[in-house]
Amino acid sequence: MNIHEYQAKRLFKEYGIPVSKGYAAQSMRECETALAHFTDGPLVVKSQIHAGGRGKGTFADGFKGGVHVVKTRDAGLEVARRMLGNTLVTKQTGPAGRKVQTLFFTDAVKIKKEYYLAMLVDRATSSTMIIASTEGGMDIEEVARTAPDKIIKVSVPPTMGLRHHQCRKLAFGLGFKGDQVREFARILTALYKLYWEKNAMMVEINPFIETEDGQFQALDAKVSFDDNALFAHPEIQQLRDLNEEDPKEIEASKFSLNYIALDGNIACLVNGAGLAMATMDIIKHYGGEPANFLDVGGGANEEQVTAAFRIILSDANVKGILVNIFGGIMKCDIIARGIIGAMRNVQLDRPLVVRLEGTNVELGQKLLSESGLPVVTASTLSDAAEKIVALVKKAS
Amino acid sequence: MSVLVDKNTRVVVQGITGNAGSFHAKQCLEYGTQIVAGVTPGKGGTMWEGKVPVFDTLAEAIKQTGANTSAIFVPPPFAADSILEAIEEKLGLVVCITEGIPVRDMMEVRRRLNFGGTRTRLIGPNCPGIITPGECKIGIMPGYIHRPGTVGIVSRSGTLTYEAVWQVTQKGLGQSTCIGIGGDPINGTSHLDAIKLFNDDPGTEAIIMIGEIGGTAEVEAARWIKDNCKKPVAGFIAGATAPAGRRMGHAGAIVGGAEDTAAAKIAAFKDAGIEVAATPSDMASALLRVWKR
Repeated sequence: MNIHEYQAKRLFKEYGIPVSKGYAAQSMRECETALAHFTDGPLVVKSQIHAGGRGKGTFADGFKGGVHVVKTRDAGLEVARRMLGNTLVTKQTGPAGRKVQTLFFTDAVKIKKEYYLAMLVDRATSSTMIIASTEGGMDIEEVARTAPDKIIKVSVPPTMGLRHHQCRKLAFGLGFKGDQVREFARILTALYKLYWEKNAMMVEINPFIETEDGQFQALDAKVSFDDNALFAHPEIQQLRDLNEEDPKEIEASKFSLNYIALDGNIACLVNGAGLAMATMDIIKHYGGEPANFLDVGGGANEEQVTAAFRIILSDANVKGILVNIFGGIMKCDIIARGIIGAMRNVQLDRPLVVRLEGTNVELGQKLLSESGLPVVTASTLSDAAEKIVALVKKAS
Repeated sequence: MSVLVDKNTRVVVQGITGNAGSFHAKQCLEYGTQIVAGVTPGKGGTMWEGKVPVFDTLAEAIKQTGANTSAIFVPPPFAADSILEAIEEKLGLVVCITEGIPVRDMMEVRRRLNFGGTRTRLIGPNCPGIITPGECKIGIMPGYIHRPGTVGIVSRSGTLTYEAVWQVTQKGLGQSTCIGIGGDPINGTSHLDAIKLFNDDPGTEAIIMIGEIGGTAEVEAARWIKDNCKKPVAGFIAGATAPAGRRMGHAGAIVGGAEDTAAAKIAAFKDAGIEVAATPSDMASALLRVWKR
């Protein structure tokens, strides 16, 4: 789960990681209240969306920049009016962009130097990787490619935790001296504590800055959390912003369905994540485009299958549906009953190809053929994919 | 012949009285697996299904029944602790089926497994389990699609493995052992570990390796295969059409960098001489293209 910059900075503050004064606002009235905390003089207005590249983004109406530095509070209010409720397109949002529903007002600080700082789970070593660089404010993958010697890495084993010598390696590596080394170690330790206690998967500060008066500060803040550990953190769950998610994905999560919307026109309904990905791939292989990833899980019931169909059919881009079930624990007759039940409640106006295999497959196929529904059956996965691609092509 | 489990494997089920544990333990028992004990703290001294003794601790279960392998069906918040319990008790093999264990917990488990002197092999978590057809099934896979034979199969995904198993069975062949290593970013047994086991097993003549986007485990296995594997290998990578930055169901299935895409993994497979299945329907056929029997 991802959170906004302003939420991450609140967490930072709680843990003693320095951030500049900031206020979030979700309406023009709240913008005025937020601005009342500032005096005239440079301040920054930042769009809050779950995507990077905000500064270089463009709004749908042509207004440039998702982040603005303004000289007065009035000017701040003026850009806020242009930004709030407007749709911001950045290189990470895709062409559809994201609607800006929250703005964050913060002090503009005089920057002496920008750094990069991140902590993340390293699956290869089962440790936490801390990455730091003197090349702050840039795309770190680009730095890794062009100037790998400017990246310092430290691996922190979970059973040991972050140690002083590791903090020193990073601090001296970034060129800090004297009291700065101690202060950087303090911040790093606080950041690791936050990362560990809250089950974060990744914390990224880009840029981490040194101000002209020699103070450190997190100028940006990105934190993502382990979905599997959210049960232990109700305070983090509360930070979830449903505006940042596809409504279909929100609906799916209510029924414990794993659904991700994609751009194609052939929907698929599959049991198991690996098989669901493979089904998307085979649709593409035969010349179609998948409209979604949907894993109904190992033990889906009729209610979940009905919900899955409702979500799929609510997508106007969907021109056909492929159901691919390898029944193991989930029996094929249960899935067939689910499909038949779903069709009682939703109007099937698009081609549907069903491929069932595994436990009780004969019974499942018998139920489908006796139902009188216009279902095309297929014997293998490739047969099913070829059929749905052909049917969708014919219909369009 | 087989790897890791056979007809002599004696299984203790941790979490045997829960819904999932009870249901699947029954299926395993019906398949012929020796389920010799169960563990549910607080229910020690009772009999599960009237035939399997339940113990409060794993230590007691092992002492009383001689169990050498554990199957874990404990809910996610407590599953890592159950794995650590099994490591402490020096079980040779632990199969953790549980889905949804926090990554932080698995980091700690993984480090514990890496300690010198640890004898335990962990399979999973978030996996379908392991099966040696006709001898021993530990997990949630449907038993009847398997057939005893000489193809070793390793995969991160459950139903995609069933797909491969079924294709092999329908060609009139069978499997030596099928290992589901699980879809989490941090797990116990890697693709490479499984490949090494199959390479050393006289009962395995050919191998199918199924992977997906995320991480670099498949690439590491492919590099080793290139220089060391004596047996024909076919492979498939799922997720070529998955968008970057999205978690595709499995916690581990997420494209982050250039190295963990389907394209990069397929290229590594081809470089290692692994016959790549063009589609998930082509896995058994791909194996037969390189396996000259």
